Amino acid sequence: MAIKGAIVVDTEKCKGCGLCVAACPTKTIALAKKVNGKGYNYAEMANDGCIGCASCALVCPDAVITVYKVKI
Amino acid sequence: MDIKDIIKPENKVYGKTPVLTDNVMHYCPGCSHGVVHKIIAEVIEEMGIQDKTIGISPVGCSVFAYNYLDIDWQQAAHGRAPALATATKRLYPDKYVFTYQGDGDLASIGTAEIMHACNRGENIVVIFINNAIYGMTGGQMAPTTLLGMKTATTPYGRDAKLNGFPLKITELIAQLEGTCYVTRQSVHTAAAVKKAKAAIRKAFENSAKDKGTSFVEIVSTCNSGWKLSPVKANEWMVEHMFPFYQLGDLKDR
Amino acid sequence: MAEKILMKGNEAIAYSAIRNGVDGYFGYPITPQSEVMETLMAEKPWETTGMVVLQAESETASINMVYGGACCGKKVMTSSSSPGISLMCEGLSYMAGAELPCLVVNVVRGGPGLGTIQPGQGDYYQIVKGGGHGDYRCVVLSPASAQDMYDFVDKAFDLAFKYRCPAVILADGVIGQMMEKVEIHETKPRRTDEEIIRTCPWATTGKKADRPRNIITSLALESDVQEATNLRLQAKYRKMEQEDVLYSTYMTEDAEYLFVAYGCMSRIVETTVDMLRENGIKAGLLRPITLFPFPTKQIQALVPQIKSAMSIELSAGQMVDDVRLAVNGAVPVGFYGRLGGNICTPQEIFDAFKKFNNLQ
Repeated sequence: MAIKGAIVVDTEKCKGCGLCVAACPTKTIALAKKVNGKGYNYAEMANDGCIGCASCALVCPDAVITVYKVKI
Repeated sequence: MDIKDIIKPENKVYGKTPVLTDNVMHYCPGCSHGVVHKIIAEVIEEMGIQDKTIGISPVGCSVFAYNYLDIDWQQAAHGRAPALATATKRLYPDKYVFTYQGDGDLASIGTAEIMHACNRGENIVVIFINNAIYGMTGGQMAPTTLLGMKTATTPYGRDAKLNGFPLKITELIAQLEGTCYVTRQSVHTAAAVKKAKAAIRKAFENSAKDKGTSFVEIVSTCNSGWKLSPVKANEWMVEHMFPFYQLGDLKDR
Repeated sequence: MAEKILMKGNEAIAYSAIRNGVDGYFGYPITPQSEVMETLMAEKPWETTGMVVLQAESETASINMVYGGACCGKKVMTSSSSPGISLMCEGLSYMAGAELPCLVVNVVRGGPGLGTIQPGQGDYYQIVKGGGHGDYRCVVLSPASAQDMYDFVDKAFDLAFKYRCPAVILADGVIGQMMEKVEIHETKPRRTDEEIIRTCPWATTGKKADRPRNIITSLALESDVQEATNLRLQAKYRKMEQEDVLYSTYMTEDAEYLFVAYGCMSRIVETTVDMLRENGIKAGLLRPITLFPFPTKQIQALVPQIKSAMSIELSAGQMVDDVRLAVNGAVPVGFYGRLGGNICTPQEIFDAFKKFNNLQ
């Protein structure tokens, strides 16, 4: 049974601190090349390796990451 | 499987608690304050005590904590939060009362208030953010600044002869008969966040059991004050702060 | 018939607090007011009314416990004497800024510094004009008897809650230590938590689902927000001046010479007025009971009939400034006072009066 996850980042509230990038065990999250309205390179899913572990969301200081997970 | 099939309400496993407001936090990117606010809010939500919790914010970066947690708040004078908490808890014994204080607030100007509140065994929760620096005023030396650490007022590094020694106030607090639970945690990894949250939950539960004061130190980063990136600040904390401020329970009874 | 008990002014504060529904007292020992907390501890009101009494680690902690209790909408108070009040000025400023009601009793001793434990009125500027930082005022009541000490506790809380501001009973070592008969009135119960939620909707009583969270703070980084707070405070102070000035007079109807004195000095000056009247000099006394709001208009009303006014104080001359402002140059304003804990005698005041007015 494979686990498949996804995150949704509130990109306008993200400050691009990068703590989620360091916390992600599957290197799924990266900071975007684009910036948000405040000028931050916001976090985003860079590939489909997300396992829905929520590590990124747990360490996020701004609570901008929502995590979804399904068992396949 | 398409991502759209995953992102559905029934598949949500983690998201912002409604006890956190929608206000954008004023903290610098990567600041530990945000994580600690979040886990306090989650504990309040999970315990179902939003209508019974009164927070007391200090002077310092977290002076605006009242903008972020959707509970009743008192904003104290610098260092005095434990005095406000003492009266609030004694006048409303059925409420959950917590102070949220930084190292300058708690371990410098407010040393008398925290010591005596803990020594009286007030049934309150103290959340102590120790990032070894004064954040809001621009990165000056804190009582907990490590020896050799450069700050705006120790530009050549903290020198014991000139500036005295870093204060392990949590170890002092643990000696006091009035405290029931004294612990030192951090929020730099997902595992650490889970442990810190469990500690805060235990502290809140204690305060309803007439056991005395619960004191939770969170060894934190101030990446702006430390002049490091958020990720580098975490690494610096692990390397330099943790050997001096060792994580774990100092007291649990 | 109401019960009458012989007690010290300080004890009257304590008995009155218990009988007037006060929720909490937080204090620190200092002469000459220690009997307030000693009496409370001996009476153990936590077993009867549920009132919280706590000896804090300092005056700084005491006033901040009062701050916390006031945030909760509770009737909370502290008492101290001059050096302790200096430490409390931080908290007074915060409470004025955060618009919180509370009661602070200052049993004044001589200063500056550690000074003397003997009575004084040298804290007038500190309490009436400010003390802490920023543009604020406290309601200031000046008792002249142990009965006043008893009665003013309830009065002070009424005004503090009416205006959501700190109230101060500015007593002195004489009034605090003096023993007199005090009439004990009917008791007033403490308010229930439901009453507090209803009457203090701003208080931190726990955020219920039907209201936004209550935030008690004196912080406003935006200038316009801070200025709006300042203007709101000033409007309150003007309202106090319109509605809540308290004073009493002694033989002012036909007075040609006016004395102004408060607290213990008002009682001594009454004797001087009698002595002058026996000498055919029509003197009278106006005693401000509220030092803020000050009875400016009441003094002004007497100006057309008087040849001079004189302020008598246990200070180097502080309230005299407010008398001068009221008189506004219309007649000469004199001052006589003693310092260091010495108390003016009626004869001294009599002599000083004659000298000031060039009378034989």
